[in-house]
Parts: sequence; structure tokens; C-alpha cells
Amino acid sequence: MILFYVLAILLIGSAIFTVTQKSPVYSIVGLLANFLTLAALYFTLDAEFLGVVQIVVYSGAILMLFVFVIALLSSGIGPFSEGPNRLPRVAGPAALTTFVAFGFLAFAVLHAPLALPPAHASVSTVGPVGTANVFGSVGDFGVALFTVQLLPFEVTAFILMVAVIGVVLLAGDAAPQRTRGAHERRAKSADREPIVKAGR
Amino acid sequence: MPLDLANYVALSAVMFFIGVAGVVIRRNPLIVLMSIELMFNAANLALVAFSRAWVNNAGHIFVFLVVTVAAAEAAIGLAIVVAVFRRAKNVDLDEVAGMHG
Repeated sequence: MILFYVLAILLIGSAIFTVTQKSPVYSIVGLLANFLTLAALYFTLDAEFLGVVQIVVYSGAILMLFVFVIALLSSGIGPFSEGPNRLPRVAGPAALTTFVAFGFLAFAVLHAPLALPPAHASVSTVGPVGTANVFGSVGDFGVALFTVQLLPFEVTAFILMVAVIGVVLLAGDAAPQRTRGAHERRAKSADREPIVKAGR
Repeated sequence: MPLDLANYVALSAVMFFIGVAGVVIRRNPLIVLMSIELMFNAANLALVAFSRAWVNNAGHIFVFLVVTVAAAEAAIGLAIVVAVFRRAKNVDLDEVAGMHG
């Protein structure tokens, strides 16, 4: 109970930290804390395998991708500066949208059946990690993934392949025919504030 | 487990809307992408909580798929940021208006 509230405060705090930081590098640190806290929350929900996946895939892979892109964009140019702050201009509409949507969701939450029912007789929620028929265990998860949910699993592979092809197309070598326009654009934007500020 | 499902869903909702606020307010595309990751994770938390509540594996499988889609989304989004940055030397979302048809 107390653990949940500690984790919840950490989760919300790190999320707010992520969104409000000026520099993307600090945001990454907040996001890392957020992902690790979320992994701990998964463990409290008996989802051991997903907790590990959360750490490995999010903190290990996706966050590293962000770090590499920041490093790539920051190299050889000035620091990421924020540009003018557009918060005052959009604060009203943003707050309105967010709170209306939050109100709908809160309404739905308050009108849903919310008590956690006891576990099924056939599936126990306690037991050694990795044992079959223990909810959230690797064995349980793997059996479901490779039998009942095999088609979604295969579609996942397809999605990843599409993503890889798309990334190669987007970020591969620039096509020669667009270099002229790029030069003009670059010259025009030379006096603009750079978005990448190297330090603080 | 003494906790109500409501606690987890409410936490997920709060985190989701922190992500929404980040997408709406921020103009640095990297931080916007991170906010999108926050929203994915909030949805994942809700799925895991519901999955635990009904002791049903399907939620876990779905979270697995969402993680995959999030990884693909992050890769594509960051590739777009890099490509735009190469052209314009600028990653301000308000300035990048060249993508409307």
C-alpha cells in the first residue's frame, strides 16, 4: 500500500520532470526514472516478465535511441536552445483539452467495477518465478504468446520490419535531387536560433 | 492484493495526461516523442492493472505488442527528426510546416 503511493509519487514526479525540462538530456534522465518506477509497479502487479521487458526494451533500447539522436543532433553545432516559449499562448487551450479529457476518463473510472476479484482457482498468483500456471510468469506468458496469441506475435515482427525499412528510407543518405533546396533552406535558416544547445 | 484497481487506473490516467500536456505544450520534437512514450506507458500500466484484476494473460500480451509498436514509433519518429534536421537545421515543431500536402 505504502509502496504503491511511493511509486506513484515517483512516477508522476518523474513524468512531470520529463515534460518540463528545458534540455532533452535532462528529460531523458526523468524518463529513465519513470520507466524504472513503472517496472517496479509491474512487479507489484505480478507481471514479472513485463517488468523485465520494460527495463530491457525501454530503458535499454528506446532510451538509448533518444540519447544517440540527441548526441547526433548536438554534434558540431550550437546547443539546443528552446526558442521562444509558447506556453503562455497555448496554456489556456491545452489546459482545457487536458482537463476535459481527464474529466471523461475520471468519470469512466468512477463508474467502472473496481474491486480486484480473487484469482481464478486454476491460476495461482503466487509461486516461484517462471513456473507454468502462475499468473504473469515467463512460462505462462510464453505459452500464451506462442499458442493463443501467435498471430499478433507474427504481426509484431512485420511491424518491426516495416519500421526498419522506414527508418532506412528516412534517415539513410540524402537523395541527391534535394540538395539544392536544402542549401537554400540552410542559408535562410542560418540566422535562426539553433535548437540544439550543447550545454546547459 | 489490498489495493483497488482504481488506484492504478487513476495513476495511469494522470500519467497519460502529463504526456498529453507535454505533446500539446512542448515544441522540441524530442521531448514530444518522449511525451508520447509516457502516454504509451500509461496505457501499458492500465492494461497490466486490468490484466491483474481479471487474472487474464491477454493484457500482458497486449502490453508486449504495445511495447513493440512504441519501439517502432520511436525509431520512425527519431528518423523523421533527423531527416528534418538535416534539411532545415532546425527542430522546432512550429517551424516545420513543410509536411502539409
